[in-house]
Amino acid sequence: MPEHTFILNGEQVTVDVEDDVRLLWVLRDVLGVMGPKYGCGVEVCKACASHINGKVFNPCAVRVGDVKPTDRITTIEGLPGTVGKPLHPMQQAWLDRDVAQCGYCQPGQIMTAVAKVRQAKAEGRKITDADLDEIRNICRCGTYNRIREAITAAAERM
Amino acid sequence: MADHRGSPQGMDRRRFLGYVLAAPTLMAAAELGGSAVAPEAAAAIPTLPPPADLFDLNDLLSTAAVPTSALITVQVHSDGTASFALPRAEVGQGVTTSTAMLIAEELGLPVEKIKITLADSRPELLFNQLTAASNTTISTYTPIRVAAAIAKGRLLAAAAIVLGDTVTNLTSKLGVITGGGGKSVTYGELAQRAASTRTEQVSVTLKPRSEFTVIGKPHNRIDALDAVTGRKVFAMDLRIPNALPTMVCRPPTINGKVRSVLNAAAVRAMPGITDVVTISTGVAVRGRTFGQCVDAVRALRVDWGKGTAAGASDASVLRELKAAELPLVVPPLPLLAKTLDAGFTFAFRSNSALEPNCAIADVRRDRAEIWGSLKSPIVAQQAIAAKIGLPQNAVRVHVTEGGGSFGRKLFFDAALEAAEISRTLGKPVKLMWHRTDDFRQGRTHPMCTSRLRATYAAGNVLTFEHRHTSVSTDFGHGLGEIITALAAKLPVGDFTFSQTVFQLTQTMPYNFGVTTQLLNEVNKGFNTGSMRNIYSPDVCCARELFVDQLAAKMGKDPYKFRQEFARDHRARAVLDKVAKVGNWGRAMPAGMAQGIAVHAEYKGFSAALVEIDCRPATVNRKIPSARTGPRVTKVVFAVDAGLAVNPRGLEAQMLGGISDGIALALTSSLHLKDGYFLEGSWDNYFYTRQWNVPKDVEIIVMPPTTGQPGGAGEFGVAASYAAVACAYTRATGTLPTTFPVNHDGPLGFDPLPTVPPIPQSPTDGLRNAF
Repeated sequence: MPEHTFILNGEQVTVDVEDDVRLLWVLRDVLGVMGPKYGCGVEVCKACASHINGKVFNPCAVRVGDVKPTDRITTIEGLPGTVGKPLHPMQQAWLDRDVAQCGYCQPGQIMTAVAKVRQAKAEGRKITDADLDEIRNICRCGTYNRIREAITAAAERM
Repeated sequence: MADHRGSPQGMDRRRFLGYVLAAPTLMAAAELGGSAVAPEAAAAIPTLPPPADLFDLNDLLSTAAVPTSALITVQVHSDGTASFALPRAEVGQGVTTSTAMLIAEELGLPVEKIKITLADSRPELLFNQLTAASNTTISTYTPIRVAAAIAKGRLLAAAAIVLGDTVTNLTSKLGVITGGGGKSVTYGELAQRAASTRTEQVSVTLKPRSEFTVIGKPHNRIDALDAVTGRKVFAMDLRIPNALPTMVCRPPTINGKVRSVLNAAAVRAMPGITDVVTISTGVAVRGRTFGQCVDAVRALRVDWGKGTAAGASDASVLRELKAAELPLVVPPLPLLAKTLDAGFTFAFRSNSALEPNCAIADVRRDRAEIWGSLKSPIVAQQAIAAKIGLPQNAVRVHVTEGGGSFGRKLFFDAALEAAEISRTLGKPVKLMWHRTDDFRQGRTHPMCTSRLRATYAAGNVLTFEHRHTSVSTDFGHGLGEIITALAAKLPVGDFTFSQTVFQLTQTMPYNFGVTTQLLNEVNKGFNTGSMRNIYSPDVCCARELFVDQLAAKMGKDPYKFRQEFARDHRARAVLDKVAKVGNWGRAMPAGMAQGIAVHAEYKGFSAALVEIDCRPATVNRKIPSARTGPRVTKVVFAVDAGLAVNPRGLEAQMLGGISDGIALALTSSLHLKDGYFLEGSWDNYFYTRQWNVPKDVEIIVMPPTTGQPGGAGEFGVAASYAAVACAYTRATGTLPTTFPVNHDGPLGFDPLPTVPPIPQSPTDGLRNAF
């Protein structure tokens, strides 16, 4: 079986698995990293959203064979480590507003939110309602307004 | 319920009986459901109260518990914490948090020191381990506090001995008890000393509401940190030895059966695959990763027999429903009375949660263990035992945290299937449904119709008739056993089973003279269930739309009309609140409008005021790959839940209900064609997404009215849904007759193939990163 090496939450990992297995299943079924959730398998619901080299992506739609040894994969478990604190400001904002209901979509929501704020900042502007409207992550509990409030608040602290 | 009624022993109204159990550290207990329910007095009103007003579904679920002798226990530990195994499911509705608050209130510990777990199935609880009908807090409010209060009493008694003082001299705060002389002792230090060597019955007085410091105050969820760090454990996150990923290749039509598998050996030889086996619902594959299971499912070549809805379509089901509609029978009327008629159709909808159907099963020759988010674990245990041929007590069912329910987890389809696969293979399995299967083969809220007729004259409504007709709703999850067992005691006569549920859930908030609300059901060929409520959201939507029409015919404002005809002052109070806060009647541009609706259920009252924008520029706004349409711009929602144990949690449930209401009114439905549902992904089934979220939402939790908590989990949907529908009607000037309003429009997506039954995952994820 082919070997694949990449950097996961700051540490180099190597797995033995076929090239075309999607990264989501490598993370969950092979490496036991359970933060990214399955919700559709077709890059639609965004429950598995994680970061690759600081950008948000859906591991359900990436073959492990397409991940390079130098690629830095960050899941929700590794998000606090990117700021060197127990919690990322986005996670703290989530707690402040008691955003989560069942919690299943929340890792993906938070990883998407962080990237969305970074994207706006990189363009030298504040996050807008139009930005928030573009977020595709499904929350079947429907806690969307608290998500919007938390992102707006966290953007001030990022 | 119990608080304001005398006990059989003639004790005062806050005094209850419970137990101290023999245990190494202090363990106090109470009988779950020991608080009997009596019909409440009805006001003298022109419209006879429907059965649901006198005795509703929640009273039934609470009454069902009375004969049980099983106990729930609060245990105090040597580390100063207390623990409680809740015999209910947590699926996001916040019952672990509200339960911790109830215990914290009576025990005098910070909420953070109360550890709540979900109890395994406990058959001895009989009817009392069903999480349904927003009943958890209604039925557990008193017993949980009784157990906690008994524990507190034991701690004080033990402290008095340790501190050489009398109980009346002691003060306690946050787990520390202090004597008159200033010496103190902690709950942790007392946990063993306060324990009992024998089980004995004791009586206890509960705190009066005036002394509450936790109940009624907003509290964040106790599992919030786990949720935001990815540490919250759902069924598929468990690591059960050798329980490898397992999926099922499912039929191209609803409930089709396997005739034969043409290439099992070849699929078994695929990378990572360990097993391929035919089961009653399809062909199961087990392998190293779910990704490889997807490949295997797609590679299977299966000859399928037709299913239980062969050839059926939306149109054919609608014809069946129309044929089954019970007649409207207007009684003799005075001259000059006028009649208003309306009819609505509600499409099939998916109650799929974001966590798909899933369960882990480890079935051995002589025993079995099951893990899953299960709202009816006792029935699941019984059904699984029967399916795999083991005695019930050889099957252990563990209830895991659930990633949403919305009715889905009332059933245990995945647990039963996992048990069948595990028994067949003789290996543990971690079974997960693919999302596409979850939409196409999973349970649905049945398609239904509502017909309404009213007569009115001289400013009065003389008659109101509502006939609801639905594809059969499956209640085979335990509610059935309860109702069957209690049927003779119900004030609804000998209605059919579903009619009983209908009568127990349908309140009528208006004085509309002679009122009848009836249900008929047809066709059992579909996999159905409730969906964040059973009949009420559709019934409420139809009724409130009809009320707007009636108000217009009688020349009255929709809000004023509701206020004038409301039967209950609590209904008027929530209506007045949303009308005032939402500035009812304010001028709006053409194409925008307000809508208002009221709903009563779960011992509570709710009202919603909604503003919607149906102007072309909004309806046609472009979000990449998104279904846009009319946008709800503002929602003001008032909820009177009797007593909100956790107002922040109640607000969260109402917020979710608003998102559901918007989806039900405007966007989300299943389209049935040729015996299968066309929807197969979240980009086909248009549940509310950020681009349809109202930017302005205000939720008002009304001050306590009854002093008893009502239901919350489903309560936000009906009024929101109805108010959106009413606003849409006023904004467009057209009364929709089919819901959601976009159901009969262009499909909005290309349906996925049915063979293979599930789509392959894309590979362009890196290109789409941002």
